[in-house]
Amino acid sequence: MAMFTAITHSQIYVLDQDAALDFYVGKLGLEVNADVNFGPMRWLTVNVPGHPERQILLEKPGAPALSEETAQQVRELLTKGATGGHLIFSTDDCRKTYETLLGLGVEFTDEPTERPYGIDCGLRDPFGNSIRFTQPKS
Amino acid sequence: MSWRVSRAVEETNRRMLRARDAMDRAYARPLDVATLARIAHVSPAYFTRTFRATFGETPHRYLRRRRVERAMFLLRETDRSVTDICFQVGFGSLGTFSRTFHAIVGRSPRGYRKQAPAERVPTCFMRAWTRPSE
Repeated sequence: MAMFTAITHSQIYVLDQDAALDFYVGKLGLEVNADVNFGPMRWLTVNVPGHPERQILLEKPGAPALSEETAQQVRELLTKGATGGHLIFSTDDCRKTYETLLGLGVEFTDEPTERPYGIDCGLRDPFGNSIRFTQPKS
Repeated sequence: MSWRVSRAVEETNRRMLRARDAMDRAYARPLDVATLARIAHVSPAYFTRTFRATFGETPHRYLRRRRVERAMFLLRETDRSVTDICFQVGFGSLGTFSRTFHAIVGRSPRGYRKQAPAERVPTCFMRAWTRPSE
């Protein structure tokens, strides 16, 4: 019997959660799943529309979870593109989605390109996180 | 560090990353410091110094390694001629290409092609992990 049944949450760092909402919801079209003020922390998660079972936590580095010095290190790594947490989405139409997002001012690193596994492209969020989306080979 | 200085560092990092992404994407074109500095919205002198402080190497060296990584990919995955690959990845001369390739990879382009296996891993990871060190 498998011990786990699914991955439900993963996390990426962002510099500012309102700016993250503007990007992930306003531009990429994800849905807000939870936006809760716990006091010391704002628990903010998003998901692909129609898929609340797979959430992405948009976390701002800072106290009390991290010392200010560590939070600063995280922010520096984030803006250098070195914090990992790469998100890869699937899409029905890579080129069309690319055109739409380009029109919204999204910063692309890789244009839609044919690969052995399908067509994919790459972009960055405002903070430095790497995101890709793939139209799988049918 | 004051919060104002931190914000400035983060903003600078993000601009350097933007220029680095441009090198990853447009490596085949003649990318000079002036062009990259414009992408980063900084002066050329500031750009070179700051890129190096941020990523640990000069923009020229980063671009050279990216071009060689792309050449390694084409040598493995296609049967294009070494000369074609040289120009396709942005080198201006076969001599410079062969010399640079050998200095970085430790083998000639032809020698590398003979020995390399094909791999199947997402592109961004291949690009990051097969980039040769210098």
